Amino acid sequence: MLSMHRRIAIGLTAAGVATSLLAGCSSSGSTSSAGASAQATASGPVKLTYWSWAPNMDQVVALWNKSHPNIQVTVEKQASGDDLLTKVITAAKAGGAPDLVQAEYQALPTLVSNNVLADISKQDGSASSKFAAGIWKQVTLGSNAVYAIPQDSGPLMFFYRKDLFAKYGLTVPTTWDQFAADAAKLQKEDSTKKLTTFSSNDAGLFAGLAQQAGASWWTSSGDTWKVAINDAATQKVAGFWGNLVKNGSIDNQPMYTPAWNKALNDGTQLAWVSAVWAPGVLSGSAPATKGKWAMAALPQWTAGANVTGSWGGSSTAVTNNSKHQDAAAQFALWLNTDPTAVAALVKDASDYPAASDAQSGGALATAPDFFSNQPDFYTTAAKIAATTAPAAWGPNVNVAYSAFKDAFGKAAQNKSDFGAALNTMDQTTLADMQKQGFKVAG
Amino acid sequence: MATAAPPPRRRTFRPAPFGFLAPAIVLFALTFALPIGYAGYLSFRKIHISGLGLGAGARSEGWAGLSNYTSALSDSELLNGTLRVLVYGGMLVPIMLGLALLFALLLDADKVRLRAFSRIAIFLPYAIPGVVASLLWGFLYLPATSPGYFLLGKLGMSGPQLLSGNGMYVALANIAVWGGTGFNMVVIYTSLRSIPAEIYEAARIDGASELQIALRIKIPMVLPSLVLTFFFSLIATLQVFSEPTTLRPLTNGISSTWSPLMKVYHDAFTQGDIYSASATSVVIAAVTLAISFGFLKLVGSRAYGEQQ
Repeated sequence: MLSMHRRIAIGLTAAGVATSLLAGCSSSGSTSSAGASAQATASGPVKLTYWSWAPNMDQVVALWNKSHPNIQVTVEKQASGDDLLTKVITAAKAGGAPDLVQAEYQALPTLVSNNVLADISKQDGSASSKFAAGIWKQVTLGSNAVYAIPQDSGPLMFFYRKDLFAKYGLTVPTTWDQFAADAAKLQKEDSTKKLTTFSSNDAGLFAGLAQQAGASWWTSSGDTWKVAINDAATQKVAGFWGNLVKNGSIDNQPMYTPAWNKALNDGTQLAWVSAVWAPGVLSGSAPATKGKWAMAALPQWTAGANVTGSWGGSSTAVTNNSKHQDAAAQFALWLNTDPTAVAALVKDASDYPAASDAQSGGALATAPDFFSNQPDFYTTAAKIAATTAPAAWGPNVNVAYSAFKDAFGKAAQNKSDFGAALNTMDQTTLADMQKQGFKVAG
Repeated sequence: MATAAPPPRRRTFRPAPFGFLAPAIVLFALTFALPIGYAGYLSFRKIHISGLGLGAGARSEGWAGLSNYTSALSDSELLNGTLRVLVYGGMLVPIMLGLALLFALLLDADKVRLRAFSRIAIFLPYAIPGVVASLLWGFLYLPATSPGYFLLGKLGMSGPQLLSGNGMYVALANIAVWGGTGFNMVVIYTSLRSIPAEIYEAARIDGASELQIALRIKIPMVLPSLVLTFFFSLIATLQVFSEPTTLRPLTNGISSTWSPLMKVYHDAFTQGDIYSASATSVVIAAVTLAISFGFLKLVGSRAYGEQQ
């Protein structure tokens, strides 16, 4: 309503808006000259462009440019993973995708399905030994091809206010049953406090929790996909959180809101199920609580088990549009496995590296500043990271995630059945695949 | 019957008018006609997938016939979204235009102090972009961060839940009223100022009170402006996008397809289905045009006709 006359102008061109946005995307892209291939010729160094949203990526890339005068990489900063996905697919259609692109693991099947990513198994196939098997599987999609080099990962952990857990006599939960008992006990001790919240605005966390429980949302056999978002494991997870929301022992409001920041900062919420990158978020959202938090392994479904899921994490991929795929693959491998590069990724880009060797020592020898009270933060994190369950992504994760937000948002709001919301999410995803023309079994 | 045909006039080609028109025609074609035409083209296309849909050649674009349109029209979310914005508009438009008219009449009254200041103060929210206004109000709606809820809490009362259920309509309409009243007030006020003073003089001589002048003279004479502002508000209502999109991350109460334009955005940029989104855009544009012209035809001749 504020920009009424502008809206009208927009409105009359409603149909045109989408396409002009698309047109805008395709202008920038590979600036590669027509020089033959990876080896620099008399025409000058090979020039590559790299789309990434990681902070300070240009500083990391500057190290490469210094030591590789024949292959010069330019970083073009992007807003976020979600935005990048649509943008790079559109740019690839127009033939203007960059040589290299940062891609979240769950986006890889979508990108491969749109024929954006090049198979770099010839160049980088031997890199598999440097990564945990579960992570490597995500960049091969279970095939012989290699579509990206893992960059960072986000193993799930349990973050809690150590001081307040002591104050209310809560035990650090090792099982989800204990977690529920803690939530109920806290309600009895102080009804204004909540252990945590169930947030419907980031499906990545829910996907990670389902992954821990053993879910495989997308699988394929032959040329048929199978969607199993409402499998038994995920139903267990949804039912568990649904009960906690229903009986009021945890909050139902979304995270990453001003209200959520305040609840963490003033101790209204005592814990957060999150990933290894949580210290960065907490230091921004709850600066007053520095040094009061501790990190532990994620609660387990069966006592004594040792498994976690992951939330987020991304890879570096080479596009089919690139005229210098060998050079680009060489850079992708360097960025994510070379000790200097990985150390810079950790320090400047705040990444938790995916490469196994990089997860201990080096830049990760000292705990993050916000967790200076837990000096073995990264040693513990590396042990937890090694227990990450494999993830199974399909070609329309974006649709499933969006369906999660809508269905679980409604269920959390009304404190209604999470199982029904999960079925909606499953059916929406299945229907979208059928509509797109995939061969799919429910 | 037979009238002599006029003698054929010699037509000489004059390039000058076309030269002057060229920039406008080129800009219109490039920035308006071409994108709309392309969206129309896309709305009849679709993707065909073979096998698992992975790798080269797995996707090909082909003709879809009317299938994008049938699925757009049979999608209950589009209808529900339209109903939601109509409820929203049903609250917003009367309140906003009522306030705009009231403020315009008050500013137009003879004995007003601080006229220029008041006019700017009421108009100012319009200068604030919708996204910023929504963020600002979003903070005020969240009980944990809102000073209003804090004060109510001190008084032992609890405020209404504005970010869930039906409170959502109030929350969204309030943002739009706050931002839009000033603009509409200026439109109505401008038209009030153009009424000749003799008419008021005549009315006063006839013994009309200020209230009677307002009701019997001013309002009928600014009717065309009211029609215009109503028309603008109606279109803006059907196309509401930035306010619910900005409030969405703060609450569970707004779905990603809350309004019709949000559905278009969702289809195109979340689902990656530019073809369905184009078809839905075309449907929305057609409905908006139909409603607009229908409305103008209905009231236009009456409102504008009275003046002549």
